[in-house]
Amino acid sequence: MGITIRNISKSYKNVKALQDISFNVKKGELFGLIGPDGAGKTTLFRVLTTLLFADQGSATVAEFDVVKDYKSIRNNVGYMPGRFSLYQDLTIEENLEFFATIFGTTIEENYDLIKDIYIQIEPFKNRRAGKLSGGMKQKLALCCALIHKPKVLFLDEPTTGVDPVSRKEFWEMLKRLQLKGITILVSTPYMDEAALCDRIALIQNGKILEIDTPKEIVKHYPKQIYNVKANNMYRLINSLKAYEHNHSVYPFGEYVHYTDSRTDFNTEDLKTYLETKNLSNIYIDKTVATIEDTFMELAK
Amino acid sequence: MKRFIGFIKKEFYHIFRDRRSLFILFGMPIAQILLFGFAITNEINNVDIAILDHTKDTTTKEIINKIAASEYFSIKQIIEKESDIEAIFKKGKVKAVLNFEKDFSKHLIKENKATIQIITDATDPNTANTITNFVSAILQTYQKELNKNITITYQIVPASRMVYNPELKSVYMFVPGVMTIILMLVSAMMTSISITREKELGTMEILLVSPLKPIQVIVGKVFPYIFLSIINAIVIVVSSIFIFKMPVQGSLFLLAIESILFIISALALGILISTISATQQTAMMISLMGLMLPVILLSGFIFPISSMPLPLQMISNIIPAKWFIIITKGIMLKGVGIQFIWKETLILIGMTVFFMALSVKKYKIRLE
Repeated sequence: MGITIRNISKSYKNVKALQDISFNVKKGELFGLIGPDGAGKTTLFRVLTTLLFADQGSATVAEFDVVKDYKSIRNNVGYMPGRFSLYQDLTIEENLEFFATIFGTTIEENYDLIKDIYIQIEPFKNRRAGKLSGGMKQKLALCCALIHKPKVLFLDEPTTGVDPVSRKEFWEMLKRLQLKGITILVSTPYMDEAALCDRIALIQNGKILEIDTPKEIVKHYPKQIYNVKANNMYRLINSLKAYEHNHSVYPFGEYVHYTDSRTDFNTEDLKTYLETKNLSNIYIDKTVATIEDTFMELAK
Repeated sequence: MKRFIGFIKKEFYHIFRDRRSLFILFGMPIAQILLFGFAITNEINNVDIAILDHTKDTTTKEIINKIAASEYFSIKQIIEKESDIEAIFKKGKVKAVLNFEKDFSKHLIKENKATIQIITDATDPNTANTITNFVSAILQTYQKELNKNITITYQIVPASRMVYNPELKSVYMFVPGVMTIILMLVSAMMTSISITREKELGTMEILLVSPLKPIQVIVGKVFPYIFLSIINAIVIVVSSIFIFKMPVQGSLFLLAIESILFIISALALGILISTISATQQTAMMISLMGLMLPVILLSGFIFPISSMPLPLQMISNIIPAKWFIIITKGIMLKGVGIQFIWKETLILIGMTVFFMALSVKKYKIRLE
């Protein structure tokens, strides 16, 4: 088993950061923790990386207990905190060398593990980490977290503040690392990244809403979703929200995702209604639920 | 061991790449020693005085010449009436006025007694005191010359000698103090800042989730500063020997050992500060207010401890700097060996062990 979490709760002064969380991550799995800011993702990471004590519950990482065997965990996991936490005044190479040394290894020894990633930042290896772009910083941080060949990798929002191209590359790298047998727990606020995980847990306000594969999770969506478009987006949203039969209305790109509360919903009825609201070029069509829709529905 | 060396290497990168801390590290000792050595001084030298001489006869002229001939005073002005005294003080031109009474010589011959009034500007009490003493001394010498043919039956002659610093140079007193302040500042403040910086930048989080032991992190953090502080101590001692011609009477080796001991105790304090402060700024404030002020005020560096009220004297005992100043003064000025300062050394060792143990115990292996 990669990670087991049993009834973990954790409160700060008057905030319940985690409430009775339980789930397992299989060995070699790429597991995503999906949720908005303040959902408790970072707190969970800190409990699992032995940085915080949970108030209740127990957890193991790579078969080690997070309280009793914290030293073994610290030898066997790679951790990449949400905030860029490398030495800004050290160069890429010096940072990597430092982390290799403190874990008792060398860059050469585990070079094959980081090669794909490191090769991209190697041309800048004499540049100080503080002067790197967001994407390069993340790649370096990943290299540093990987250099000691960890059994489990914890990545707390690794792609926040990173451009879309680098984000895509980053996820491709995670997929490759997974092939090397590393268990990966990754958190992200981006719903589109969730689809790239083996399984995901949707988390909000310290509670797990749902755990499943990305494909299954969208099947849980109870209603038919419609893409709605018209000449005036703002008025369209307001009109839909004012419509008496609406179940949910969320803007989604150039469309509005609309669900109706009736079972015998007819799109013509809605179209007529919208036309009375002075909207034209009205387009209504069926679409499939995304993880974001599922999340919104569950978080309601 | 390899981990430890890697950690120290990283610390040196931090120090040498941060221009500001480099400046504090090496600029400040030199600036302070020069400042204390040249600017802050209790000695008097060519003090401007004024003379009010109502008689203007040979005796008063002789006395005035003697005073003018000494290197301590220079006569700036001769005034004519009593009412000028206040005016001249208000202008701040002179520090003292010597007022010879009317018919000075006549009184001296007829009544065997004449008076000179010494009026000093006591806005600066130390200087005023010194001026009075120096003038009295000159007058006494003159008096002896007058009396040299007469034998007085009973006579008590104070024969005073100033030992360890016969020229009363204040720089001799300041060097041990400045060394103490600088070693304290560099060691305690810089380490507490460098540890809290890791907390503030989030790198501590990664260091915690690594196999590094607390003791490795702490020792790795302080080691570069031990090294730099030793260089600083050398700079201070060498510059005081060459710039201020300060003699070091005792063993340089003993001085070096004692300095290292004090540096380590200051570093332990720095670690302790870093365990209780979350940001670099807090660490800096605590170091400045909590360490610098007591070191300057209560260590006997500037103000003698023996003249403090009892509660403050008691507090001064828990300040490591007090003991280090006693030790350095002993070695540098008196030339004593370890047999005379073993007690102070033991106290300093005790404090160091205590602070070290406390800070290792307080070092958090988790985030809370």
